Amino acid sequence: MQPKPKALTYLDIFTAVLLLSSVGMVFFYAPMEAVMGNVQRVFYYHVATGWVGMLSFFAAAIAGILYLRSKDRKWDVFAQAAVEIGIVFIFLNIVTGSIWARPIWNTWWTWDPRLTTATIMELIYFAYLMLRQGIEDPERRARFGAVYVILGFVSVPLTFFSARLFRTIHPVVIGTNQPGAEGQFDMTPKMVQTFLFSLFTFTFIFIDLMWHRLRLGRFADQVEQLKLRLSL
Amino acid sequence: MNFLRATLAVIAKDLSGELRSRELLSAMFVFAVLVILIFNFALELDVKTRSTVTAGVLWVTFAFAGSLGLNRSMAMEKDRGCMDGLLLAPVDRSAIYFGKMFANLIFMLLVEAIVLPLYSVLYNTNLFQAGFLGVVLLGSLGYVSVGTLLATMTVQTRTRDVLLPILLFPLAIPVFIAAVKASTGYLQGLDMEAIRPWLNLLVVYDTVFTAVAFMVFDFVVEE
Repeated sequence: MQPKPKALTYLDIFTAVLLLSSVGMVFFYAPMEAVMGNVQRVFYYHVATGWVGMLSFFAAAIAGILYLRSKDRKWDVFAQAAVEIGIVFIFLNIVTGSIWARPIWNTWWTWDPRLTTATIMELIYFAYLMLRQGIEDPERRARFGAVYVILGFVSVPLTFFSARLFRTIHPVVIGTNQPGAEGQFDMTPKMVQTFLFSLFTFTFIFIDLMWHRLRLGRFADQVEQLKLRLSL
Repeated sequence: MNFLRATLAVIAKDLSGELRSRELLSAMFVFAVLVILIFNFALELDVKTRSTVTAGVLWVTFAFAGSLGLNRSMAMEKDRGCMDGLLLAPVDRSAIYFGKMFANLIFMLLVEAIVLPLYSVLYNTNLFQAGFLGVVLLGSLGYVSVGTLLATMTVQTRTRDVLLPILLFPLAIPVFIAAVKASTGYLQGLDMEAIRPWLNLLVVYDTVFTAVAFMVFDFVVEE
C-alpha cells in the first residue's frame, strides 16, 4: 500500500483554503440581490455543484469510451469514481435549487426541464451503480459499466430537449434571457467575481475528491484481485 | 448480403420458436390487458378523462409489456445456452443484434396490434389513424433498440429481471415523453405544427440509439 502522496496533502489544504475564502466571498463580498435578498446567495453554489456534476458525468462517459478502446482497468476505476462524485454533486445541486425555489417560485419542486433532467440523470447513474453491483466478474462489470455510462450520457441531452418542449420557468442567468422565466437577475461585477471564484473552487474540490476516490478505487481493486487469487 | 441473411435468420429463428411455445406473446398480451384493467379502476376512464389520458395509459402498458418481453426473449437465449451457439456462428455480431431487435420489435407490434383494437372497443375510441400508428411504430422501435442491448447485458447479471426496467426506463424517458405527446396530438386532432417537434424527437432518438447500440453491442456479448 502506497503512502498518501505529498502533492495530495497540499491539494487538500489548498482546496480547503479556497472553500473557506469562497464562503467568505459569498457572504461578505458579493452584494445582496435587490429583489430576492439573501436567498440569492445560494446561486453561487447551486451552479457550481451543477457544474461539478456535469463535469463528472462527462468525465465518466469519456472514461467509458477509453475503457472500451484500451481495456485498461484504470479507466473503469475512473468512471466509477466520477459517477459517484457526480451523483453527490447533482443531488446537492437539486437541494440548493429547492431551497431557492421555495421563496422565489413559491414551490419546492416543479417539472421544469432542468429539474426533470437532473432527476432522471440521478436515476440513470443510480442504475449504473446497481448494474455494477449485480456483476461479480470484474472484467465484465467494467465492460457493461462502460457501455451503460456511454448510453446514459447520450440520453441526457435528448431528455433535456424532450422536457424543454414543455415550457420552462427556470431562469437563464448566463447567456440570453428568455421570456417567462421567473427569478431572473443581472449580475453586478462583484457577483460575477464571486460566481467565477466559486466555480474555480468547486473545480478544485472535484479534482481533490477524484484523486482520493481514485486511490481508494485502486486499493479496492488490489483487494479484489487478492481475494480472487485466494479463492483459486 | 450475408449480413442481411444472418439478420433474417435470427428473426426467423425467434419467430418460429415463438410459434411453437407461444410463451412470450401470451405473457406479454395477458399482462398488457391486466395493466389496462388496473388503469380502468385507478383512473376512472370516463369519456372526459379518456381524451387526455388514452395515450399515456397505452404507452405505460406498452412499456411494461415490452420490458417483460425483452427480458424473456434474452433469458431464453441465456438459459438454454443458445447465445453461445449464436455467437459461434461466423457472422458479424451486429447481425445478431439487429436480428434480436427486429424480432423483439415484431413481438411488441403484435401485442400492440391486439391491444389497440381491444382498447378501441372497450372505450369506444377510434385509435386507427395513420399518424397515431406511425407514432406507435417509431416509439416501439426506439424502445426495443435500446431495450435489446440492455436486456443482453442484464441477463448476464445476478439480479437479471429486476435490473432491466431500472436500466431501461430512465434511458427511454425521451421516447415516452415524445410518443405520449405525439399520440395525444393525433388523437385530439391537433395540427401538424404541434406534433412535428415530437415526431422529430422520436426519429432522432431512434437513429441515435440504434447507432450507439450497433457500435457497442460487440462489447456486450464478448466473452
